[in-house]
Amino acid sequence: MELFEARNVEKVFASTKALTNVSISVKEQSIFGLLGPNGAGKTTLIRIINQITAPDQGEIFLEGKKMTRADISKIGYLPEERGLYKKMKIGEQAIYLAQLKGMSHGEAVRNLKMWFEKFDIMPWWNKKVEELSKGMQQKVQFITTVVHRPKLLIFDEPFSGFDPINANLLKAEILNLRKDGATIIFSTHNMGSVEELCDNIALINKSVKIEDGPTDQIREKYKANLFDIRYRGSFEKVEKALGPAYQVIKHTESEKENLLKVKYTNGSSHNQLLETLLPVIEIRAFEELIPSMNDVFISAVEEANKK
Amino acid sequence: MSNTFLILKQEYLKRVKKKSFIILTVLMPFLIAGVYGLVIYFSVKDDTEERTIAVYDETSLFLGEFSDEGSTKYHFIPKEEYAGLKSNLKESGYYGVLYIPANIYTSNQAQLISDKQLPMELAEQLERKLSRFIENDKRQKVVEESGIPDLERKLAETRTSVTLSTLKISETGEAKKSSSVVAFIASYSMGLIIYFFVFMYGAMVMKSVMEEKKSRIIEVIISSVKPSQLMAGKIIGTALVGLTQVTIWVVLGGIGLVAVQGFFSPDTAQQMGQSLMESQGAMNPAMTQAAQSNPVNEVMEMIGNLNIPLILFSFVFYFLAGYLLYSSLLGAVGAAVDNDEDSQQMVFPVTFPLILSIMLLFPIAKNPEGQLAFWTSIIPLTSPIAMMARIPYGLPAWELVLSMSLLVLTTIGAIYAAAKIYRVGLLMYGKKVNLKELVKWLRYRS
Repeated sequence: MELFEARNVEKVFASTKALTNVSISVKEQSIFGLLGPNGAGKTTLIRIINQITAPDQGEIFLEGKKMTRADISKIGYLPEERGLYKKMKIGEQAIYLAQLKGMSHGEAVRNLKMWFEKFDIMPWWNKKVEELSKGMQQKVQFITTVVHRPKLLIFDEPFSGFDPINANLLKAEILNLRKDGATIIFSTHNMGSVEELCDNIALINKSVKIEDGPTDQIREKYKANLFDIRYRGSFEKVEKALGPAYQVIKHTESEKENLLKVKYTNGSSHNQLLETLLPVIEIRAFEELIPSMNDVFISAVEEANKK
Repeated sequence: MSNTFLILKQEYLKRVKKKSFIILTVLMPFLIAGVYGLVIYFSVKDDTEERTIAVYDETSLFLGEFSDEGSTKYHFIPKEEYAGLKSNLKESGYYGVLYIPANIYTSNQAQLISDKQLPMELAEQLERKLSRFIENDKRQKVVEESGIPDLERKLAETRTSVTLSTLKISETGEAKKSSSVVAFIASYSMGLIIYFFVFMYGAMVMKSVMEEKKSRIIEVIISSVKPSQLMAGKIIGTALVGLTQVTIWVVLGGIGLVAVQGFFSPDTAQQMGQSLMESQGAMNPAMTQAAQSNPVNEVMEMIGNLNIPLILFSFVFYFLAGYLLYSSLLGAVGAAVDNDEDSQQMVFPVTFPLILSIMLLFPIAKNPEGQLAFWTSIIPLTSPIAMMARIPYGLPAWELVLSMSLLVLTTIGAIYAAAKIYRVGLLMYGKKVNLKELVKWLRYRS
């Protein structure tokens, strides 16, 4: 079931187009990656979802119903530019922010204590934000985003500002939240985390959505028919056997085994390639190279910019 | 609504719990009371310094006339000693030397010599003594020469002092005792109070908006509440802070007043009055008489004759409307800029009418029926202060109604425009904002 949907959303600022006919849909309890170069329109879309700005055209739906102002308490939003009240004690501040999202005071305190324990920052409850390290502030900010148990979580660059250890902690928490029923939209330039976390992605470039779908399918789509083959035998024989249908990208020899990176140019298949090579060499490993999200991102954006 | 309330509560508690607020609120009345107290204390306090003045009298007429007066003693000295004294005044132990020349009746000149800066009071006291003595002496001679019986008494009876009590005829034809002085003080102080509060609390709203924008928390906040709710909560919360402060001051002021009344018992007040009269010349019996009818009651009566309900109502009205108008404008400025330098530039045009009206407050209160007073009290940006300066004097009802309606309309318009600017400005960073840009924002669809 779709938890969130945006249909044909358009937004123009002064003379620049921020979003052109963008539609996305996010399944319940999935993690959705919103990708795109800087200035593509991701933040605008996120702000529209958060009802901070209204779209010029198009509609957005939450749980199948048109979203209204009242729905924003069901959303947790971690903006890219983080900030807290510097002079306010963090416990007090977190309670205030939770109350603004519709929680009662008592409930907010209970939930917050749980989260503070979990993140090991309970001793800082009465400290002012300006006394905390950046990483600590990020933790507080993360907690204030999720404390009211929102159905939809929106993270804009959640990992920026976290060291690798805390980034892993955060990743684990994001997966936990999903397990507990939350649906997550997140925008990032960290493609490694996209591969790790996202079930689906949408790629926006210059206000237009250029790609969307399940992460593995998109990577599949962008594969370049590249194979890594480790073998024992003579390279000359390999070259002879391959012929013009294949292109050798890279070849390295060592005492133990040789490494071959090959690409087929016209319609061929895994089996045909194997059949061609099996008679001449001893194959030790055979693997098709699936592009990383990083490669997908770069090639999709470059292709779109060429058009 | 509940969100607005949460924000309001937050803004209110944040400020009221601040140490600086508590200190300022508690200390301010004491500070003001202290300053006034000192001024009054020193002006009333008897000069207790022990002084001995050497008097060298060439005329030998004044001997015995200079009786010791309070802490000041007079000591007549012969010519020889006078010559010596002039050169070593310091060692002599005398505070100063009064030299009365032989020709004082014609020259009207005497000298007071000292190595210190002499208090003005002392010089005045001596001048008064000498003049009175010579005047009496001359008059005595005239009376004797003329041979008219009872001339002395008759002359005394000719002394006259007219007191002007100003009456103001109201529209109903009823004459009331009014005092321009009381009205002036009321006008001026109310104008000042409105100025300070509007400025102080308007600036607080602006700073609070800027802080949220600068710390970037604003994006989280407006993903939870509407910008209009945020602005309303801020403005009302800050107004309540002001109200709290005023309430505390009124209570402290009340306590202080009771304490002061206890301290300056009626006896002290009378003494004060008497010493005042004495210094202004006891030869003025009419004045002394006027002073004897209790001046406090007189003032109370004049205050009572001001239209207190109208003044209070207008005060609250102009205070609130002025605050709403300026705080929403300043809030919009806070949202539009993202650094302090830009805010300085934007604040000035917004607050200029306010500053202008406080500069004009004096001439307005002095001539409350003039053209200047009329226009400044009608134009909405200056009216909160200018009109308050006029009301204690009374004015035609239509002017008040016109001024109030214009102010309400302008305030509504300002809130509407400010809300738009606020909404757009909050998430606008790194843009140099000018008037043209703001007008563009007003046209944005939200």
